[in-house]
Amino acid sequence: MINILLITFLITLFYVAIANRLLTYIKVLAFQGVLLFVVAFIQLKEINTINLILILMETIFFKSIAVPIFLAYILKRNKITREAEPYLSNFVSLIIVTIISVITILLVNSIKDTQLDKIFFVVALSALFTGIYFIISRRKIITHVMGYLIVENGVFILSLAVGSEMTVLVNFGIMMDIFVSVLVLGIFVNRIGDTFEAMNVDNLTNLKD
Amino acid sequence: MFQYYLVLILILVTGTVINRNHNIRILLLALFLSVQTAITIYACFHIDAEEAGGYFSFDSLGVLFLIVLTILSYTTILHSYIYLRHRKDNSRNQSMYFAALIALIGAMTSVYLASTIGIMWVLIEVTTLSVAGLIYHERTHLSLEATWKYVFICSIGITFAFVGIVFLSKALQEAGSVNLAFNDIPNHLQNVNTFWLKLAFIFMFVGFSTKMGLFPMHTITVDAHTVAPPPISAFISTTLMNVGFVAIFRTYSLMAHTSILPWMNQILLWCGILSIFVSTVYILKVDHLKRMFAYSSLEHMGLTAIGLASGGIGYFAAILHMVLHSFVKASVFYQVDQVHRVFKTYILSKTGSYFNKNTAGALVMLLAFISITAMPPSGMFVSEFLIFRSLFESHHIMALIFILLLLTMIIWALGKNIFSMLFLPSVEPNDDINVVISPWESATQFILLSFAIYLGLNPPAVFVNLIQEAIKNLPV
Repeated sequence: MINILLITFLITLFYVAIANRLLTYIKVLAFQGVLLFVVAFIQLKEINTINLILILMETIFFKSIAVPIFLAYILKRNKITREAEPYLSNFVSLIIVTIISVITILLVNSIKDTQLDKIFFVVALSALFTGIYFIISRRKIITHVMGYLIVENGVFILSLAVGSEMTVLVNFGIMMDIFVSVLVLGIFVNRIGDTFEAMNVDNLTNLKD
Repeated sequence: MFQYYLVLILILVTGTVINRNHNIRILLLALFLSVQTAITIYACFHIDAEEAGGYFSFDSLGVLFLIVLTILSYTTILHSYIYLRHRKDNSRNQSMYFAALIALIGAMTSVYLASTIGIMWVLIEVTTLSVAGLIYHERTHLSLEATWKYVFICSIGITFAFVGIVFLSKALQEAGSVNLAFNDIPNHLQNVNTFWLKLAFIFMFVGFSTKMGLFPMHTITVDAHTVAPPPISAFISTTLMNVGFVAIFRTYSLMAHTSILPWMNQILLWCGILSIFVSTVYILKVDHLKRMFAYSSLEHMGLTAIGLASGGIGYFAAILHMVLHSFVKASVFYQVDQVHRVFKTYILSKTGSYFNKNTAGALVMLLAFISITAMPPSGMFVSEFLIFRSLFESHHIMALIFILLLLTMIIWALGKNIFSMLFLPSVEPNDDINVVISPWESATQFILLSFAIYLGLNPPAVFVNLIQEAIKNLPV
């Protein structure tokens, strides 16, 4: 069951690589939140009620409802055009994401460790590096934030892989998620939208030598 | 004791945010400084004591940097006061500024003293948030750009560090431990899979180097310097870099007794050399006073990393270098504020004849130039010399020659820029400048610079003991 869910998560990454519209990105992020909740629910066997509520809040309410609504609101308020405007074509993006997943599979397979949940590490590292690739290859600031959210989803999966014995780590990860997302999304994206007309990174090149 | 400190800091931050009265603000700042001094003195007399349920401890490395921080918080608050008075900011902005400053100092204190890796990691994130508010203080397009980059890249960095911690705990689980305290981890790392350790180190190193400002994550620190108020630049370049250094140093000492030590040294060495190289390239062409000093900080961080990498006396030299660099670089940035008030610009080519305009300030600049280029009698001469000695002893002759060449170029570039500012008449003279700056405003800089000279040339036994204690767990 977990395998199916994680592989679905991996497929969403490929889907983002070829998606054109920003709304698609938002929908995928919401879907990933639901996937993460189910994975966490199955994976963390001995979980107490408080932790369960925390994880439920984090994945369902925060990742799947609050953040997507807020992102859509930002899109509307700042009149951001609907295309993602990548620097590279969708085809190249797809190839690169594929290469990233293949490399992580090879990397994880090279570990000699029998009791290792390989699929967790493959999916988590793929999400991590794919998110960073999205940050590098997209022009809009809002897509940078979405890339960062994908990175965080990857980190969440990674903390689940070791989290069954160390729930404190999972909680730390959740705290970071909420903290940073609220700060980055809430304050700065809005402020940048007010200050600069087009929210492109091309506007953020005044600091240089 | 430490939990009361944290509660007091929270109360003081809230009080400063709410308060709009000028006199009460000064009272709150005085109260904060006395709390900060009290915890420092208490820590000095309780070395190695555990605090707040074992989450914090007064270990020597933390206490050493805590003392540096407390000394610098006096001067930074003083110079912030001067800076805000000349900007004529409204009361609300001043409140936000000082509240963020108190939060930043409190967070840095807690990072130094944190004794488990998770707590340290959370608190490093708090330093990012509080310093972001300070970088954004001038509220211009440029400061928004710099703050955005700083927050975004630091968040990615902190995520990387978290991934590193997850890998480390994976390695610990194999050894049957779930304890993430600094003094317990090394006991379990002897027989674990080195692959996990390597992954953990590389992720944590990259993550924490956003704070220390090492290559390749140095760009955001340099950009932050460009727009931050000068007293805050002084903090970003000194105590905040110490935060990154403490985090990297602790990570390094966790794994120093495993078989990946030579591999870690290689990484630190290359990062150090590349940092110095990048800083040389940019310092040769830079025309912005604060960016020039920011690149000079990058060079010194590179030297510290190299000191760590070469081991032996290098460990001692690295910590000594960080402490001395803190005092010197802080006084440089306090002085930069005066330069800006005289010339109304940071662009080097528009400045000149500083000696005629502000003699005391120019003397500080001259002394600071001697100090940051590590010429005798500067204290940093001693620490850099020790770093070079450790490089020589660890048989990195080619690296040593390359670094010395780069340092020569840095000295030339710094000298060219600073001397033309001090002695040559400006290319575009602007004679309606007649800002008079009281020599007393330079007094703290003289004190800090002479303190750095004293610590370098004639270190008191207590100081040496603290450093020796901090490195006693590292392999010889």
